[in-house]
Amino acid sequence: MKNKVVSMKEAVAGLVQDGDTVVIEGFTHLICFAAGHEIIRQGRKNLTLARLTPDLIYDQMIAAGAAKKLIFSWAGNPGVGSLHAFRRAVESKPPRLAVEEYSHFGMVARFSAGCANVPFWVMRNYKGSDIPEANPLIRSVKCPYTGEELATVPALHPDVTIVHAQRADKSGNTQVWGLLGVQKEAAFASKKVMVVVEELVDESLIRSDPNRTLIPGFQVDAVVVEPWGAHPSFAQGYYDRDNDFYVNWDKIAREEAGLKRYLDDFVYGVKDRKQYMAKQPGLAERLRAKSMVCSGVNYGY
Amino acid sequence: MATEAATDYTLNELMTVLAAREIKDGDVVFVGIGLPNLACNLARNTHAPNMCLIYESGAVGAVPDRVPPSIGDPALVTGSLMVASMQDVFQAMLQNGKIQVGFLGGAQIDRYANINTTVVGPYGSPKVRLPGSGGACEIAIHAQRVLLVCKLDRRTFPDKVDFITSPGSYARGKSRAQWGLPGRGPVKCITNMGVLEPEGENGELVLTAIYPGVKIDQVKAAVGWPLQAKEPLGSVDLPTAAEIRLLREKLDPKRLHIK
Repeated sequence: MKNKVVSMKEAVAGLVQDGDTVVIEGFTHLICFAAGHEIIRQGRKNLTLARLTPDLIYDQMIAAGAAKKLIFSWAGNPGVGSLHAFRRAVESKPPRLAVEEYSHFGMVARFSAGCANVPFWVMRNYKGSDIPEANPLIRSVKCPYTGEELATVPALHPDVTIVHAQRADKSGNTQVWGLLGVQKEAAFASKKVMVVVEELVDESLIRSDPNRTLIPGFQVDAVVVEPWGAHPSFAQGYYDRDNDFYVNWDKIAREEAGLKRYLDDFVYGVKDRKQYMAKQPGLAERLRAKSMVCSGVNYGY
Repeated sequence: MATEAATDYTLNELMTVLAAREIKDGDVVFVGIGLPNLACNLARNTHAPNMCLIYESGAVGAVPDRVPPSIGDPALVTGSLMVASMQDVFQAMLQNGKIQVGFLGGAQIDRYANINTTVVGPYGSPKVRLPGSGGACEIAIHAQRVLLVCKLDRRTFPDKVDFITSPGSYARGKSRAQWGLPGRGPVKCITNMGVLEPEGENGELVLTAIYPGVKIDQVKAAVGWPLQAKEPLGSVDLPTAAEIRLLREKLDPKRLHIK
């Protein structure tokens, strides 16, 4: 099987181009901050960033000047408050960032259409809401069977989707457990896919538990091995969400200067995740997951 | 013993207890963080052991052993009944009518319980850019009953919201029935002064119950429309000692939400 393992630097250089529509998915779980940081370091510009919850990673990418547009459904700091770089960009007159806004279901539906290779998705949604007025891409269609009016959203086909996962083999067969978000749909909707994993494992381990595979290798263009690559987000079974960091981000990002200092120290000031972790002694010990291994299943016949 | 009245409780505790009592045993409940999350855990530990907690992140039947700081917390997964993809959460569960209760809050809630979590000011040049819908719009449309938990003040409860993120009883010139929305919509708004409920054809929020020591005029002063009070005005069953003990000792020992 083809070996797709490359370094983060090589993967970003090869797969992410200026002007691309980029999706770094993961719903609170498995958000690949390591890839976002490398995209910033390589100075990518004019990106359209899409994901349900922009989270701190897109806040950082917006602050670094990588984005021209954001496609999203909930732009806050989960459990804390605002994304300040996002707000500064959108509240400035005129706004410095274009937005295309849905609800979560709308974003899920865009990926569903994308991965099913149909032009749009239908939903019973948005009646009575002002969201369609704010986003003319939310439209409606009359059901050819019942005549019911249904909401539609267009398929989303990212140029590249970046999925963080617990483990994969070298050809990109990727296993995920815990919260699944829309990672599978995003990967199949995308022209190119980069998988970033906590652990590279042998194909035989993948084959021992095939129901755990979320994305098959044929859909994957590059595999990057980057332990702790999702911090301050979490990886079930590997490390906990760094809630303290999410809380601190509010202070860090509130002023432009504080955010710039953070980027200088933890993004531009390191060359990879290894250095990022080395800069934060005690972090791994504080967040490492306790062991709660399931009993497994019998695949025999 | 279980029904002995609590001698002291905070307003947050009262709101949590009232929200918990709205949940019926066996309800499938779509929940966020904060007070509603705590209310669900209280219900599950008292009268509704068979309720099923669903988070939009995909955790179904979650039994978090810590107060989750976000709706996507690893503790929601550990010991849950199922982890669903978000496609399944929104389509097979919510749109398919399987959710009995949805909890919502907002930066603004208006006379007809329309909710704004998108912008203060005009959409194109907002004074304050809020996070947006998340799953709120579709929860407001599809959950069979929507419960609002929110503190009253004039800024939060205007006559008309700046932007309808999630439709309430009467939105954009039509009632829920006229729009054909599948869920019943908002059934109660539990506040820090009393309880508001939709009344009449268009579901205007009226004051139906008031907390001890609160005057009707105080409530009226805290909303942006001429608030009607139901006559006779009801009171609420106050928290029991057992409920408050559960909240303080077991469910929120660090007092993250019940302060």
